[in-house]
Amino acid sequence: MSEPSKEPDGATETVARTLLVAFFVSLVCSSFVASAAVLLKPRQVANALLDMRRNILDVAGLLDPEGDVNEIYEKIEQRSVDLETGAYIETAGPEGRGHAIVYLVRTDEEVSRIVLPVSGPGLWSTLYGFLALEADANTVADITFYAHAETPGLGDFISKPEWRGLWRSKRAFDDSGNLMIEVVKGRVSADDPLADYRVDGVSGATLTGKGVTDLVRHWLGDDGYGPYLRRLRQGDSP
Amino acid sequence: MKSSAKRALIDPIVDNNPVTLHVLGICSALAVTTSLLPSLYMCLALTLVAALSNTAVSTIRRILPSSIRIIVQMTIIASLVIVVDESLQAFAFETSRELSVFVGLIITNCIVLGRTESFASKNPVGLSFLDGVGNGLGYSVILIIVASARELLGAGTLLGYTILPTVADGGWYSPNGMMLLPPSAFFVIGLIIWAVRSWKVEQVEKPEFRIHEVHRTEVL
Repeated sequence: MSEPSKEPDGATETVARTLLVAFFVSLVCSSFVASAAVLLKPRQVANALLDMRRNILDVAGLLDPEGDVNEIYEKIEQRSVDLETGAYIETAGPEGRGHAIVYLVRTDEEVSRIVLPVSGPGLWSTLYGFLALEADANTVADITFYAHAETPGLGDFISKPEWRGLWRSKRAFDDSGNLMIEVVKGRVSADDPLADYRVDGVSGATLTGKGVTDLVRHWLGDDGYGPYLRRLRQGDSP
Repeated sequence: MKSSAKRALIDPIVDNNPVTLHVLGICSALAVTTSLLPSLYMCLALTLVAALSNTAVSTIRRILPSSIRIIVQMTIIASLVIVVDESLQAFAFETSRELSVFVGLIITNCIVLGRTESFASKNPVGLSFLDGVGNGLGYSVILIIVASARELLGAGTLLGYTILPTVADGGWYSPNGMMLLPPSAFFVIGLIIWAVRSWKVEQVEKPEFRIHEVHRTEVL
């Protein structure tokens, strides 16, 4: 390719010149990037928070496409729970080990839904979602997975509204308090006696379904919100 | 506009298109074109990065020592890409989630480094800027065609609006699932290259070797 401009002459190639140019390019570029990062951070944090709130409202059944997310979010009560004892932690402070945040939906002073953050490994990625239980701390109201990187067309069935709808009215625990909920291979047949505890899986995406079962059982079990939910089922007011 | 400026801007759209003639930048063309909206943001991001990096490299072209020119170009491009990525997260959060790593991967897109090295390092600032914009436009044209085809045939929608009602939603259109998978982008780009080279015959490369009869007396 022909070059209309001059080749760099000997003066450009000295060690001193090279170091000088490298230094100034680095200085300018790093200032540019650092300024952008610092100036944009508040907006990014606000966006991430809004997105999280939108997901919580979605699974709480309160999401209104026309409404203002932050306004509707006033209906949500955020509480810290000590996972081991299941008791609420009153002091405001940074989240510690063994603590988790749950979100309560209050309608007219009564709690109508309990929203629990859940997460766990799927096939290719970590699944992040919210599980919403009815006030009895057993019946499932809704579930959503807002972040995952499962196979498009197969494992991403966990994002589909039709599959999400299958969770409604499923029960997590049986009458003796055993954790029964699971995602099965294939379809749950209508005359299955345990149908209340089972959700359809998708053939070809068994491992994603298993990931969902494992993470839901972890978080509803004794290592997760189990003690908290047991306390509520025994009559403590949420 | 001066003719050289006009050529810098217009040529890369068809006659010198980075994707269909030079076959560069294919990776992102496959990855983000499943639907049209993220592709539009990607086009905007790449055009911005190409134009600004070309301008920056052209500004320092006379003082840039040859021994560090590639790494300096990469530093400039990478800085621009980071700023564009951060801006997307600040101003278009949903789309930045969908585009995830692909905006960051613009630095690996051969088009950008290719233009800074072959054009911006040897040409004045104004022309280099236009060359960056032109190549961005050429890339965008291809991406928009591919994404439109893939979203329309794969999901029946364009920009989220239903154009062909799918069977699942009670319509008549049975979506072509293959269009949602990356290889379909290859097929669409192949068809575009075929169409463009039928129209602009001068883009067809001469064969490097022609089969011909060899006589026994001919030295091989």
